[in-house]
Amino acid sequence: MSDWTATDSSVGKATAEAATWRDFVELLKPRVMTLVVFTAIAGLMAAPGELHPILAAVAILCIAIGAGAAGAVNMWYDRDIDAVMARTAGRPIVTGRVSPESALEFGVILTAGAVAIMGLAVNWVAAALLALASAFYIFVYTIWLKRRTPQNIVIGGAAGAFPPMIGWAAVTGDVSLASIVLFALIFFWTPPHFWALALYKTGEYEKAGVPMMPVVAGHASTKRQMLAYAVILFPLALLPTVLGAAGWVYFAGAVVLGALFVLCAVRVLREDGEATRWRAARQMFGFSIFYLFALFALIMVDRPVLPGAAG
Amino acid sequence: MDRDRTRSEEARRRLRGRNLAVLFALIAFVVIIYVVAIVRMGGA
Repeated sequence: MSDWTATDSSVGKATAEAATWRDFVELLKPRVMTLVVFTAIAGLMAAPGELHPILAAVAILCIAIGAGAAGAVNMWYDRDIDAVMARTAGRPIVTGRVSPESALEFGVILTAGAVAIMGLAVNWVAAALLALASAFYIFVYTIWLKRRTPQNIVIGGAAGAFPPMIGWAAVTGDVSLASIVLFALIFFWTPPHFWALALYKTGEYEKAGVPMMPVVAGHASTKRQMLAYAVILFPLALLPTVLGAAGWVYFAGAVVLGALFVLCAVRVLREDGEATRWRAARQMFGFSIFYLFALFALIMVDRPVLPGAAG
Repeated sequence: MDRDRTRSEEARRRLRGRNLAVLFALIAFVVIIYVVAIVRMGGA
């Protein structure tokens, strides 16, 4: 009896028997990985040139594992604030199912493995970008910026913007203007996406001591900045067609999606969140995910009008 | 006593699951390295 009591009360201290293989999969943030894989495939498909299907699959696998492994290291570092927020309180380290040390080892080994295999199997430019993305997410975002500045999401968002660029580099072996535009799409999409969530989770971020924009600058300023990013994103999303990385169907889709995204931001700007329970912000958060999926889906299906013009 | 036995069985079940996952990952790793080597040697 006393054994059980001792184990149950030692929250955050994992016992060897506590973890299942599913807990280790959870450390890789599979839901975030979905978006990473999707945008990486889009970058790979939009790039001019060809890559053997097996090598393309290995490249995507390496990007997915690299991103997931960085997520595991993030969970290791953020375990104290994860315990405070309801959204993250069920994570494997917080609940004690996986020890912090195991999570760190798991993340570091997978990161190194993913980068090495990407280099050996595909090319070293893609491997270097993968290593840069992981290092950026862990050191710049998680360790340096997240707890220090409300610009955490803006600069840290760059880490999540790498996958299409890595996919592109896997095919071409270089970094071109079109791949930088794909990077920029996710970079400018990230702040309004996260701040829409932060608007209705302000209390949780405040409790955890994370200086999210709504906590530091207030709701009104955050909403104005969200609209600014949405407006910048509108013309930016049209560039893949201009640069020859996507066709006119994509262009038309980007116009419609971009207009709806700006409309969402306007509705959030005009919303009195306390009165509406942040209905518009919640809708914008949901739509932002659809927006990015749809945009990259269009890049995948709508091939360029002038093949080889990209770059 | 029964509770201890149940707990030990549960622990063994979880360990077995983890071991199988590691086995699967290792086999996948070997297969990937083999297939990539064949593809690269084929000039891709």
